[in-house]
Amino acid sequence: MQILVTGLLLGGTYALIALGLTLQYGVARIMNLANGETLVAACFVAFWLFTVVEVNPLIGMLAIAPIALALNWLIYAGLMQPLVRRAKNRGMLEVDTILATFGLLFLFQGLMLLGFGGGYFSYKFLAEPFLILGDSYGLNRVVAFIAAASVAALLYLFLYCTRYGTAIRAVAVDPTSAQLVAIDVPRMAGFAFALGGALTACGGTLLSTFYTFNASMGVIFTMKALIIVIMGGVGDVRGATIAALILGVAETTVASLIDPGLTLATNYALFILVLLFRPQGILGRASA
Amino acid sequence: MRLAIVFEINNNIENIKTFRNWRRRTVDHGVQPMKAGEDLMLRRTFNSLMVSVALFSLGAGAAMAEETLKIGVSASKTGPLTAGATAVYWPNMQLWVHDVNQKGGIKIGEKRLKVELVEYDDKSGPEEAVKNIQRLATVDKVDFIVAPYTTGINLAAAPLIARYGYPQLIATGNANELETFVKRWPNSFWLLGKASDLSSGIVGTLKTLRDKGQIGNKVALAHVGEAFGLEMIQSARPAFKTAGFDVVYETSYPIGTQDLAPIISGAKAAKADAFVAFSYPPDTFALTEQAQIQGLNVDAFYVGVGGALSGYAKRFAKQAEGVLAMGGINPADRAYKDYRERHKQVTGQEPDYWASPVVYASLQMLEQAIEKVGSKDRAAVTKAISTGTFDTVIGKVSFNNNILGRVWTVGQWSNGVLQGVNGLGVDGANAPVKKPAWN
Repeated sequence: MQILVTGLLLGGTYALIALGLTLQYGVARIMNLANGETLVAACFVAFWLFTVVEVNPLIGMLAIAPIALALNWLIYAGLMQPLVRRAKNRGMLEVDTILATFGLLFLFQGLMLLGFGGGYFSYKFLAEPFLILGDSYGLNRVVAFIAAASVAALLYLFLYCTRYGTAIRAVAVDPTSAQLVAIDVPRMAGFAFALGGALTACGGTLLSTFYTFNASMGVIFTMKALIIVIMGGVGDVRGATIAALILGVAETTVASLIDPGLTLATNYALFILVLLFRPQGILGRASA
Repeated sequence: MRLAIVFEINNNIENIKTFRNWRRRTVDHGVQPMKAGEDLMLRRTFNSLMVSVALFSLGAGAAMAEETLKIGVSASKTGPLTAGATAVYWPNMQLWVHDVNQKGGIKIGEKRLKVELVEYDDKSGPEEAVKNIQRLATVDKVDFIVAPYTTGINLAAAPLIARYGYPQLIATGNANELETFVKRWPNSFWLLGKASDLSSGIVGTLKTLRDKGQIGNKVALAHVGEAFGLEMIQSARPAFKTAGFDVVYETSYPIGTQDLAPIISGAKAAKADAFVAFSYPPDTFALTEQAQIQGLNVDAFYVGVGGALSGYAKRFAKQAEGVLAMGGINPADRAYKDYRERHKQVTGQEPDYWASPVVYASLQMLEQAIEKVGSKDRAAVTKAISTGTFDTVIGKVSFNNNILGRVWTVGQWSNGVLQGVNGLGVDGANAPVKKPAWN
């Protein structure tokens, strides 16, 4: 039981990291390698808000998310749109954006190193025991999990119950056909990219409540997100969430019952299994 | 001077526009004479450019005339090791250069030479570090090189540093086979002791506690799955056994993991009396927080690298009380107190209670050895380092077979200060005490 709860809490963290990327990659078709940097940047903003202005990170998130949305929209309009226009096909767009966001990664990282230096940062927020069925867990993790679940639920409602959301899903499935039913694909793609950035920033804000981070940590998160996005099926929010939870539970099970040294191995073993047996992702449909 | 250049640049932009206009007319209508004023303007630009070139070379000439002592530094400014380097390495470079230059420089013979740092980023990797050292030695032709940051990178850079004959004062690394290493690279000096000193340090401290009847016999061990953790556990395992401890739980975890709840619950389930983790900074913090959350109330709680950072006490405040950590110092020592004050003033951040003063001491040793020899002769300076006694922020120290005899191994947090409780050849160690429960 304790393993399951710890695993689910961990999975919730992973979902936070990966949801933004799945939108950016799945809908906007942009493999954003600077995703982890967005996350770390949000950690820094949350840290600054908490330690200097004394704003609760959960409230800080309400400010961070819209700012991230705006900034990511600007990034899309300024840096990604020219690549989108130039790309002749999806493959070319992916290669171009990977290269471009690879550059962005170093730019963001450099800016953060300049601004905050390379040291470790962490602050203490709700680091107290919280009892679930007699076992104690970090309250900050539980809160982050609940916040993440609410964000994911809102996202789900938005994607599956609104016109706008349906349009975004349509673009994820097939951008060419989406155009035929009068969906403004470039606009939707831009919005999805921005929304993905905002989600990633939310993830970072929540993560900062229990993680020790520094300016050069982004890559680790990008890698994790990438694995989850591909496991879950590109562009599928539900798939990514399920993949994240499975990963969290599997890692904790192995760490508790076998050896904590094997968590990375578990990670990649699951990844390979999914690639072998369901290359389209856990919930993904086989492409025609 | 700078103002003048900015003005010229603006001027030149204007003139480039003038020139472009003239060329455009020329392209459209064949070669045209310049309008009145245009040629004059361009000529003036050309002249002012000549003047600024002359000024520049003059400035450079003046700088050249003042001889400096060039010191090369290569350590992490980006990559995973940056956080550690920013805490204990770079601020000391800044402080030392500030201190030395403030008093007029390093005394070589009759004159005093100011120190000029040439800094490179090794991107947290040995390959880049080796390239940097090569460049420092051959392109920048620096007079001396400061040893890089961390054990791994120092080991990788040692052959090259030796080839160019620089002394290598390693203040941020330790390994087990130091004697063999020194025999091979006699220009290398070790200031943090052997890995086995550190592990026998904590074993010794736990033994002291047990002999006083303050803790029981059951130990839970965890280590990070990386060179450092492996070196430590290799020497710690037999040491615990020899001391008669019962290791009831042992595990490793991959570097970079911060989700360590299973380890703490494992130690808790094994009913350990003492928890010992050879950990790195992010996991040091995560383990401590997790232990509080799960209420792992052991009588001795020890963490590795990062436990001596001032940030550790800031983060955990009262909870840090009684926690044992790798490192330590005699915080009441005058030299250390002064150093701490200056470090805060000059760099704006607090040093840690372990490697920071040692890094600074290594620079002081280099400085004093150069002054003693009275020249930039590297071989002579290396010899002076190995034989001399130096007055540093960690006290009067000398090398025995290139290994520093005075090293702190274990410290214990008490009122926001990490008080040394165990070490080799150190004075001012306090007796360790049983850790109170997390409150």
